[in-house]
Amino acid sequence: SMASLVRLQNEIERIKEEYFTRNRIAEENRQRENEAAILIQSWFRGCQVRAYLSHLHRKATIIQKIWRGFTARAHFRQMVKAAYFIMKMNFYHEMSVRIQQRWRGYCVRKYSHNYYARKRYMEGLARKNKQIRRDLEEFSEFQRRERERMAMEREEQEKNVQAQRMHFLLSTKQCPGVFNSPFRPGPDEMELRLRRTKPLPPRNIPRDRASLLGNTSPSSPSFLGVPRAFGAKPLPPIPSKKPQGPFRGPAEVWAQRQRGLEPSLRVQTSISDLEQAQDQLRSGEWRNHTMETMFQPFSKAHQNRSYERMLHTSSSFQPVPYGTKHFREEHQENLQGKQPFKTVFTTCHVFDKFGRLYSNAGKIV
Amino acid sequence: MSQRQVLQVFEQYQKSRAQFVQTIAELATRPQNIETLQNAGVMSLLRPLLLDVVPTIQQTTALALGRLANYNDDLAVAVVKGDILPQLVYSLTEQNRFYKKAAAFVLRAVAKHSPALAQAVVDCGALDALVISLEEFDPGVKEAAAWALGYIARHNAHLSQAVVDAGAVPLLVLCIQEPEVALKRIAASALSDIAKHSPELAQTVVDTGAIAHLAQMILNPDAKLKRQVFSALSQISKHSVDLAEMVVEAEIFPAVLACLRDPDEYVRKNVTTLMREITKHTPELSLMIVNAGGVAAVIDYLGDSRGNVRLPGIMMLGYVAAHSENLAMAVIVSKGVPQLAICLSEEPEEHIKAATAWAFGQIGRHTPEHARAVSTANVLPKLLALYMDTDSSEDLQVKTAQGFIIQCIVFLVSSPLTFSPPLQVLPHDSKARRLFVTSGGLKKVQEIKADPGSALQEYINSINNCYPEEIVRYYSPGYSETLLARVEKYQPV
Repeated sequence: SMASLVRLQNEIERIKEEYFTRNRIAEENRQRENEAAILIQSWFRGCQVRAYLSHLHRKATIIQKIWRGFTARAHFRQMVKAAYFIMKMNFYHEMSVRIQQRWRGYCVRKYSHNYYARKRYMEGLARKNKQIRRDLEEFSEFQRRERERMAMEREEQEKNVQAQRMHFLLSTKQCPGVFNSPFRPGPDEMELRLRRTKPLPPRNIPRDRASLLGNTSPSSPSFLGVPRAFGAKPLPPIPSKKPQGPFRGPAEVWAQRQRGLEPSLRVQTSISDLEQAQDQLRSGEWRNHTMETMFQPFSKAHQNRSYERMLHTSSSFQPVPYGTKHFREEHQENLQGKQPFKTVFTTCHVFDKFGRLYSNAGKIV
Repeated sequence: MSQRQVLQVFEQYQKSRAQFVQTIAELATRPQNIETLQNAGVMSLLRPLLLDVVPTIQQTTALALGRLANYNDDLAVAVVKGDILPQLVYSLTEQNRFYKKAAAFVLRAVAKHSPALAQAVVDCGALDALVISLEEFDPGVKEAAAWALGYIARHNAHLSQAVVDAGAVPLLVLCIQEPEVALKRIAASALSDIAKHSPELAQTVVDTGAIAHLAQMILNPDAKLKRQVFSALSQISKHSVDLAEMVVEAEIFPAVLACLRDPDEYVRKNVTTLMREITKHTPELSLMIVNAGGVAAVIDYLGDSRGNVRLPGIMMLGYVAAHSENLAMAVIVSKGVPQLAICLSEEPEEHIKAATAWAFGQIGRHTPEHARAVSTANVLPKLLALYMDTDSSEDLQVKTAQGFIIQCIVFLVSSPLTFSPPLQVLPHDSKARRLFVTSGGLKKVQEIKADPGSALQEYINSINNCYPEEIVRYYSPGYSETLLARVEKYQPV
């Protein structure tokens, strides 16, 4: 507008002055203001940058915080898993240690060093030892008694033999023996033994061929009757006159007397010898015959054998009432024309009725 | 001169020869005559009579020669040098049984003195002749031949091998089965002499089935036969485990325990020897014998017997206890320890004492329980006394030292549940310590003078460490003197 233009032209001078003044002032203050402006700007830029940086820091912190939280939580989860695993493993280890302890204790106690088995074994051993000791004691006792018994028996035997040999020392009624002195209260044990034992029987001296031809031979009764010392030969015969006549010498007679019976064969065989022999033969045949059928060669007997029915099929095995339930013949037609039994003797008159009651036999005389 | 007078001269000569030889044979039975006979040169006179025409004179000459050679080895050497042996060997195959008996008697009399003479007998080819006479019918001839073979085989393994190579063993086993007791005795003794030298010879004897026949004769009533049978079985079983097992498989246990009560002393000794030879091989065999009650029987045997015959019993207990601690406990349970203590105190002989000390060592060395069981028998002081005794021999000292020290150490160790090595010991068992002191053991331990630095000194130190110092000083020797010296030095105020 035109008014503003006029206004402006009025103020040009002032404006120019003010312009120069302001420029001067500005020029004077330029350095200071510049520096101040720089300072302010720098400060402001600094603030800006700082704000930006702090913003960035904050954001970075947030990001880092979130990231770290994330990784830490993952790590922590891993740790928890691992710790849980370790805890489980420890638990298992501990439990397995307990199991192994128990098992090893059991195993060792049962197999390798079983205290109770060992104790039982020692007790059993003590019992066995006691038993063995007892058995051995018994055995040695038994042996000792056996030996003593044998010794005593032998002694007894010897004493008996002595008594037998010294039997002549037995005391008689008239003359008391050595062991039965009248000054003793009772007879000695040897005396009793002498009384008990039998004297030695007279022994048969082996016959000497050269010494036989005396009157007495070693086995003749006169020789035996005379008590003689052992080994004594028979005394020579008393020479007496030979009796007249056809008599043989006493030795020969004695020999003949001594000679045993020698029966002839005819005398030896018994009267029933023939029957005995036949019986023997028959029983021998009966014993040795295993086959009933005789051996007939070239006879075709085996081909002409008739068939023998089995016993089971050839008769009925039912009980037959005849003989138990009734005694009369049922099939009378079989009896037609048959003669009754004939006895050898007549019945005696006492049994008249008796015979006639049951049969026709009594009628025959 | 008529014919009769000529013949009479010959008859007279024959009679005088016969009389001479018979008298020499009779004189040779008495030892005091033999010197005179030797000086009179009887050997050279007898030699031609051996080739005499009359058989009776030959036999009697052989008998006289045998009796002379039996007496001492000079005469035996003279018999060998006189070339009599080949003649005898030749006639051993030819002549009748009386001559064979007499010839075998001469061979045996010569062979018994020394291995060289036995070798001379073997070199004459006597072995084949003797083996042939083992096949004779007459038991006397067999007995004489078996006796000669036994004496030859007795000396060493080489001669035994020669006897075996001649094929004697099967015939000897046949002889054992004969009914005559004397023949059985001699055959058993010959087998025992053959088998004793080496395992191979024992194996040869076993291969002919001798064990079964020997086992059958165990319950025979004859005492001398039983001696030889048990001796044979123990010689067989001593060599190796297999042979011992074979002997045991013949089912001799428990029948041999009955023979431990035989009235004859040497039968019992041989039975114990057999049991010792069996138990020393393996724990299983010992266990078998323990289970059969053998330990109790042997302990009773030790109680009944006196002297040298106890030795095999003591060694058997030692061997049984050495194998394992179960067996040692079995010995203790069977009341072996008091019996061994009695043996230790009763027997004067050194080697028996040494064996007993060794046995104690074997019993007590396993665990503290065993050591305690041994110490309750008051054995330790006696063992220590034996060790200290300057008269006792090296062997005895070594064995007692081993036994005693082992006992002490194991004994002082703690409760039965733990067993730690001696030098790291801290004894917890006060009762054990007290017992050791009251039994006089500590006193005796102080009296031991051992070389410083030796193992013995270390052990003594470890024992002393278990007791307070005053107690140790109290028990050390010369304590009363030190006390008196202090009394003398003391000046009352």
